[in-house]
Amino acid sequence: MIRIEGLSVVFDRDGQKNTVLENMNLDIPAGQFLAIVGPSGVGKSTLLRVLAGLAKPGAGRAVVPGPAAGRQSVALVFQDARLLPWRRVLSNVAFGLERLALPRADRMSRAQAMLDLVGLGALAQRWPHQLSGGQRQRVALARALAVEPEILLMDEPFSALDAVSREGLQDELVRIWQATGKTILFVTHDIAEAAHVASRIVMLGGTPGRITSDRVVAEAHPRLRAGPGAADLVARLRADFGAEDFSI
Amino acid sequence: MRLPLKLPRAVAAGLGLLVFFALWEALPRLDVVNPMLMPAPSSLPAAFMKELRSGIWLDSVVMSLSHYVVGLGVGVLLGVALGIVVGMSDAAEAGSAWVVRLLRPIPGLAWVPFAIIWFGVNAEGAVFIIAVGVFWIVFFATNGAVRAVDRDLVEVAQAFGFTRPWARLWKILFPAALPGILVGVRTSLGQAWMAVVASEIFGVPGVGQRMMQASSLLSTDLVVVYMLTMAALYGLFDSGFMAAQGWLLRWKP
Repeated sequence: MIRIEGLSVVFDRDGQKNTVLENMNLDIPAGQFLAIVGPSGVGKSTLLRVLAGLAKPGAGRAVVPGPAAGRQSVALVFQDARLLPWRRVLSNVAFGLERLALPRADRMSRAQAMLDLVGLGALAQRWPHQLSGGQRQRVALARALAVEPEILLMDEPFSALDAVSREGLQDELVRIWQATGKTILFVTHDIAEAAHVASRIVMLGGTPGRITSDRVVAEAHPRLRAGPGAADLVARLRADFGAEDFSI
Repeated sequence: MRLPLKLPRAVAAGLGLLVFFALWEALPRLDVVNPMLMPAPSSLPAAFMKELRSGIWLDSVVMSLSHYVVGLGVGVLLGVALGIVVGMSDAAEAGSAWVVRLLRPIPGLAWVPFAIIWFGVNAEGAVFIIAVGVFWIVFFATNGAVRAVDRDLVEVAQAFGFTRPWARLWKILFPAALPGILVGVRTSLGQAWMAVVASEIFGVPGVGQRMMQASSLLSTDLVVVYMLTMAALYGLFDSGFMAAQGWLLRWKP
């Protein structure tokens, strides 16, 4: 369970205060696949950064469960893979494990298992520059999963990929979510993507950003991309934006 | 201009070298220049063998190399260490800014008087002169490389809980800055050779000193032998360094 209470985030840039999120309240039960959608600059990424400990709340708080031994409670997947180019693929996946008190053999076997999970087990000894964009993002996902987080934060993780890789990774992520039962916070600006993967969709809008709509998606997985259900949901989500200037 | 004949690069380079030596040989032989002022290459092997047999060549080379390696090592270590500190800490950067500006323009050789006063005309003095020159090159290369590390990668370390400066350094900053640091080290390989010869010309035993002795005896062939010795040793170090660098940076596309 993640509890966000009265959260505000203010950036101070050259003495100018810029409120990105204001008085946000949101409870996310464990195991939920929550998509956060909204226009650029509304504070979606900032919310993830606060939860990941990369940004500080100006007011209010965001409470995440503490980590269990040998695990990290929250892991973040960035929009760009951000692999460390001087490490081989396997070593990149094992990166976060080096902070946890684990013997090297355990780290390596856990990293290999995660690489297998994302379908790249055979590429363990490659260098990042030898991978395609989609493969790099899979490695980044494996790196986040390797620390066995209860909460997986994903910041527009597939937005830089081509359509085929993107759809493949969306389905794979759903499969991993179903297999592991993790809580996933998935930031995207793509409504159709949110409708395809998430069990709940929260929409942010306005300046500073607030929650403008909160919908549960009941449809079971696997979902069809081009069925009447998908079209209907996307239409309703679009309607939620109302007059907001937000095109996809 | 394009040559009418297409030659493979290696062949062209070899030909160029051949022409160079042929010209060099021809000039003293045809009495265009006095062989005393410009010894022909054909006279060099004999001079080299004589010097080698006497044991002086090896002694000189070993001494010069020991100055070179120790001076280079000290300069690189200090340059990398301080470059990292000043690169990681804004306070250190601000505090050192004017000291650096004051000391940096002083040429390494301007330290010779103090090298002699502090250490004497000996190996320590030579090492000091060499290390000063190397230090600045490596210091600036390291400082710049550390400051230029992609903040996004630093953030990855932070997101995985590596928040202490030490972890940030070893997990991200040092490996990411290594290519830039190595550029500085390679530049200093050549710079350090110059400092070796300079300090030995001031009297520290080694190839530089032996060269000065030879020149005062007008053994110009021996001077050339030592010039070529330096070229060969530098070439050896540079190729060794390039091989090591290629391995260290094998992750680069």
